[in-house]
Amino acid sequence: MKMRKLFAVAALIAGSLVSAQSATAGDKIRIATEGAYAPFNMVDSNGELIGFDVEIAKALCAEMKADCEIVAQDWDGIIPGLRARKYDAIIASMSITEERLRVVDFSEKYYSNVLAYVTKDGSNIEVTKAGLKGKTVGAQRATIAGQFLEDNLGDVVDVKLYDTQDNAYLDLQAGRLDALLSDKFPAFDWLRTEEGAGYAFTGEDIDINDEIGIAVRKGDALSGKFSTAIKAIVADGTYAKINEKYFPFSIY
Amino acid sequence: MSWEWGVIWQYLPRLLEGAWLTLELVLVSGLIGIALAIPLALMRASDNYWVKALPFLYIYFFRGTPLLVQIFLVYYGASQFDIIRESILWPVLKEAYWCAIIAFSLNTAAYSAELFRSAIQAIPVGELEAAEAVGMNRSLQIRRIVLPRAFGIALPAYGNEVILMLKGSALASTITLLDLTGAARTISARSYTNMEMYLAAGVIYLAISALIIGLFRFMEYRFNRYQYYNHVDTPKDLDPQLRDPHIDR
Repeated sequence: MKMRKLFAVAALIAGSLVSAQSATAGDKIRIATEGAYAPFNMVDSNGELIGFDVEIAKALCAEMKADCEIVAQDWDGIIPGLRARKYDAIIASMSITEERLRVVDFSEKYYSNVLAYVTKDGSNIEVTKAGLKGKTVGAQRATIAGQFLEDNLGDVVDVKLYDTQDNAYLDLQAGRLDALLSDKFPAFDWLRTEEGAGYAFTGEDIDINDEIGIAVRKGDALSGKFSTAIKAIVADGTYAKINEKYFPFSIY
Repeated sequence: MSWEWGVIWQYLPRLLEGAWLTLELVLVSGLIGIALAIPLALMRASDNYWVKALPFLYIYFFRGTPLLVQIFLVYYGASQFDIIRESILWPVLKEAYWCAIIAFSLNTAAYSAELFRSAIQAIPVGELEAAEAVGMNRSLQIRRIVLPRAFGIALPAYGNEVILMLKGSALASTITLLDLTGAARTISARSYTNMEMYLAAGVIYLAISALIIGLFRFMEYRFNRYQYYNHVDTPKDLDPQLRDPHIDR
């Protein structure tokens, strides 16, 4: 144990020496994303991680002149993995919430999210508390949408929580769900696909003041570096270029 | 890393609700599994190739593929087909609960059938010959000799299968069911106390296992009593002429 601490201290000192020597020299930053949240992060046919989050991560690393490695990690265990130092940052469309702030730090937002209901065309479900009474509504587990359902409608609707967003879409198509509450942008992307034909957004967007940030361990100076880099890529137009590849409107 | 005992107490009722669903899944699919396994085992023990081919393929498939794949096939797979969605089966297949029951029952039936098959074949031939000698026909033999004897022989191994099923039931959480694992996952997803929740869930699983082990020990003792050595003292007032000099001295 003592040896370990010694090593840790030695590593810290060495680390600070290196960064003091050359602030621009690349430190290896390991970044986790989920890989099942199109179009923000997904896996292409070659097994490569792609998507908005991944491109933003790469742009930020280029801006910070850092050497980055992007890894995939299941959503459920993504925060525990960060705390266990398996990686140094999470760029996976993660909302900044009170509950998460208790265990991790966040950079400033890199986009803003709203929630929206998706239902089958012509199902005429009114997405209010009264209209959804007795219905089955799905969301991904461990998401803002899931918590919104549990907190606001848990007493009147049957809430079903899925491991991945994709599984929730499958059950919506199967007719097991009357409605799906989801972050709007990935649902926007899904509605444009072949599977999503025949489904549409219903009701008003739910603005839950939801800002998406980059999670790092508590007290890690990386959060400040990421915040500065985000401002820089927004200012120089890199952000807008990535944005328009995915959405015809700004999501910042 | 901080450790919060409080959250375990706070969420214990939800975990126990989950544990109840877990018990229900194991019990219901266990009973359906046995009901399926008995005819399968009898067919599998047959000498006729045509009779044993079907149970062989069934057992081969369900033992040869992961339970997770089987659950996904029943839950997400079946629902992809319009034919199934429009059939009279849909009200059942629509429910995650019944999909889990179906997958678990079919899975455990395959393993149990193989267990019962080996138990049937382990019955001493002499007992079957004796049954035949006293004039029992085949169906009476099965009812009076084969099944009761096979039950006793298979019991210890079957207890093992039930415990495996208990742990396999954790996969129900992948199809939205809030069983013990599902509850632990959902709670830790918002409280970020994974270690605490999984520890609590683990302890509850151990308690359920202890219950199952105890139950099977009891049944083994009841049904396989002949295997246990029971020392009986010779009554003191026994006629001395009846005493066996080799035993009682």
